[in-house]
Amino acid sequence: MNRYPLWKYLLLVLVIAAGSLYALPNLFGQDPALQISTADGLAPDTTAQERIAELLAAREIAVRGTEATDNHLLVRLRSNEAQVRAADELDVALGRDYTVALNLAPATPAWLRELGAEPMYLGLDLRGGVHFLMQVDMDAVVEQAVERYRDEFRRALREADLRYRDIRPQETGLDIAFIDEVTRDAALELLSADYLELAFEASESDQAATLSAEITEDELREIRNFAIEQNITTLRNRVNELGVAEPVIQRQGADRIVVQLPGVQDTARAKDIIGATATLEFRMVDEGNFPYFGDESEPVPPGTERFPERGGGFVLLEREVIITGEAITDAQSGIDTETGQSQVNIRLSGSGGGVMARVTGDRVGDHMAVVFKETELQARRVGDEVIREQVEVEEVINVARIQEQLGSRFRITGLDSSLEARNLALLLRAGSLAAPMQIVEERTIGPSLGQENIDQGMAAVLLGFALVVVFMAVYYKVFGLIANLALFANLILIVAVLSILQATLTLPGIAGIVLTVGMAVDANVLIFERIREELRAGSSTQQAIEGGYGKALSTIADANITTLIAALVLFAFGTGPVKGFAVTLSIGILSSMFTAILGTRAIVNFIYGGRRGVRLAI
Amino acid sequence: MDFFKRETRINFMAYRLHAAIFTALLVAAALAFLVFRGLNLGLDFTGGTLVEVGYPQAVDLAEVRETLDAGGFDGAVVQTFGTARDILIRLGPDAGEGDALSNAVLAALQAANPEAELRRVEFVGPQIGEELAEKGGLALLYALGGILIYVAFRFEYRFAIGAVSAVLHDVIVTIGIFAGIGLQFDLTVLAALLAVIGYSLNDTIVVFDRIRENFIRMRKGTAVEVTDRSINQMLPRTLVTSLTTLLVLIALFTLGGELIRGFALALIIGVLVGTYSSIFVASSAALALGVSKEDLIPPPKEGEDLEEERP
Repeated sequence: MNRYPLWKYLLLVLVIAAGSLYALPNLFGQDPALQISTADGLAPDTTAQERIAELLAAREIAVRGTEATDNHLLVRLRSNEAQVRAADELDVALGRDYTVALNLAPATPAWLRELGAEPMYLGLDLRGGVHFLMQVDMDAVVEQAVERYRDEFRRALREADLRYRDIRPQETGLDIAFIDEVTRDAALELLSADYLELAFEASESDQAATLSAEITEDELREIRNFAIEQNITTLRNRVNELGVAEPVIQRQGADRIVVQLPGVQDTARAKDIIGATATLEFRMVDEGNFPYFGDESEPVPPGTERFPERGGGFVLLEREVIITGEAITDAQSGIDTETGQSQVNIRLSGSGGGVMARVTGDRVGDHMAVVFKETELQARRVGDEVIREQVEVEEVINVARIQEQLGSRFRITGLDSSLEARNLALLLRAGSLAAPMQIVEERTIGPSLGQENIDQGMAAVLLGFALVVVFMAVYYKVFGLIANLALFANLILIVAVLSILQATLTLPGIAGIVLTVGMAVDANVLIFERIREELRAGSSTQQAIEGGYGKALSTIADANITTLIAALVLFAFGTGPVKGFAVTLSIGILSSMFTAILGTRAIVNFIYGGRRGVRLAI
Repeated sequence: MDFFKRETRINFMAYRLHAAIFTALLVAAALAFLVFRGLNLGLDFTGGTLVEVGYPQAVDLAEVRETLDAGGFDGAVVQTFGTARDILIRLGPDAGEGDALSNAVLAALQAANPEAELRRVEFVGPQIGEELAEKGGLALLYALGGILIYVAFRFEYRFAIGAVSAVLHDVIVTIGIFAGIGLQFDLTVLAALLAVIGYSLNDTIVVFDRIRENFIRMRKGTAVEVTDRSINQMLPRTLVTSLTTLLVLIALFTLGGELIRGFALALIIGVLVGTYSSIFVASSAALALGVSKEDLIPPPKEGEDLEEERP
């Protein structure tokens, strides 16, 4: 007798019910929405939220709902027109303290979201947007590091009065030639104490005593990692300027960075901003007028310039720029071990350190300021129209008293909090890219094409599904209908798993789903043909069912495992679109084993299992 | 409905010599196409810039070419993409960097016809192209290796060689056809090719599985008879599965859009070739290598099950 125990039915019902639940959010579509965050990447506070609500109400823009998360406020709107209009209005009213990004927010009902059910994440080819792959020039990074050490060595040796013939940069280190061994050994002692990250080696050649310094493997890795991390930070800051919802900025491999900007339509502008540089300047404060209480209308004394200070007020600075951000090679936040206060440790290039030492040497006790300059996109209202334009913004981000002569390594202390220290370090680093980058791959999908891709993909899925369903029903009658149910359950499970994993659905991913639909029937075809064979061989109905399922099982397993091997290789070697295809194919293979074997058997047992001598409609 | 009221009795293996000659010719032709015509490699592998531009009405390709020539974009390949309203412009890697180039192309086109709308830009740097080609080749090799090991482990090394030669045959013939018709070979086609490997293998394994079963079960019969019987028994399944997969692929090919078309076509060719190869290449190869009953003595437990089930 072909009976399934109750727990198997329960398991099936449970899995399919859970699958349906998690697949459900994909049916609700998306609301046009605005994503508003502060310049620091936080959600607007309650007063700001009220202001936003009032502004929208005043402009008669109907809001479907607002939600605040840790890092942004999401305002759902009723239509695309309302979304664009609201974005313009808010951009003008909120000014540059906030970024307003257009977004499509999933319209998943609250009760589903509480269960953690979210719709699948659509890839760029389906929603439109820009994809850049940037290659960081690592050779240049190492070259810069070697260059920096050369500058530092020169100064250190000069200061210690150790005469050398020349310093020759090598690929990952330096060779210093000295007049005699005594000087060389003194230099070795001096330098090896300060530069633990370098491996020193002394050698003799015909006329010179040479000291070679190699950057160690660990340090090289560190230098490269730092470069790529800093480039990512810089890119992230710039992308924030664009007001893109859900940007992806990720490291890929050793020396590449992926930037994906969904929904960005103006690619030229995206490239401008990504390529734009923020710059930093260190300048002396005009001590005669510090603190400064004037405002914008007052004339400034000759030789000075007025800058707004972040957080309000103005500062008068001397016109001469001591160093720019390019001289900064590293900036890290930390804690002053003596006072317990937050600080930022700054490291300058050799030449930068020299200038800094010269300027600050006789001005201990005076104040020095850091000016941050960047281009920003600002919205402005002209008559009825909202215009967006690039504006150069300059502001003083830090003023500190010089306590001693500064060199190539110094620190800014007395910061209020570790958060402030972190932000300052970030800004100091954000000035320039640590290493030159080059776009090695670019893919831009227009939004209309994205929608077209979704429509075409859906149409293909539906037609393919329909053709298979009709064929199965005609060819295998009742068993065909059962297989169709399994196919449908399979489709739900694939969508559910993709949604739970928050995997990115791409066009090849849809193709993977379609292909699984075609191949998922294979398991059922194998079983049903086997049942037919058994019947032809004269088995009773119950024996035929038992034999059909039993004997087909190992065949199905072998066939699917081999396909799975191919899919896993695809996943391991593929990039982007190919990976998406591999993911859906693998999920499809696994879920089809469940639905096509366990699922159909349960129904077959339910219909035919208890009856002796019944004719199978197959 | 049932196309096969009773088991078919086609002597497939009687034709295995003819099939071998046909297969050899097929592979030779495919290789000849690959060597002499070469693959029309897509942007993914060659590097370069591709710009897709949409117009509200059909445009004249010659005009677009003239505009581009006048704009200084020599050597731009211009073709329609799907419809006459959609055009694809492809520039070699030496034409310039992607970012500046695509904007310049669009500007030139918009100067001639302001309604031109940028739909898609792809720029692949030359080093990425090389890397992808290398990775793709490696992926194929690793997939074949993994399959070889699995089949050798589950069946027997002769079957493994048969399966892998069938798969190699499918890959070569499919790529050969792509080279022959001059269809573009890009990343999605490579993905399709790997899916073909999976599919064709699926087919082959199913037949092998039955051959193994029949070797054990049929007391009499030569290896050729057993193989023939097995292929005949699996014929309904082979054809039905190919048919359902083809139905879906045809849906993808017709409705899936231009981006998916190459992918769908590669799979359609692959399924047809794969169905042929699992009958005539995989089994013939295993036979030619001298698979016999003794090679397939199963672990005792499985054998007992089978004996019991015979009424």
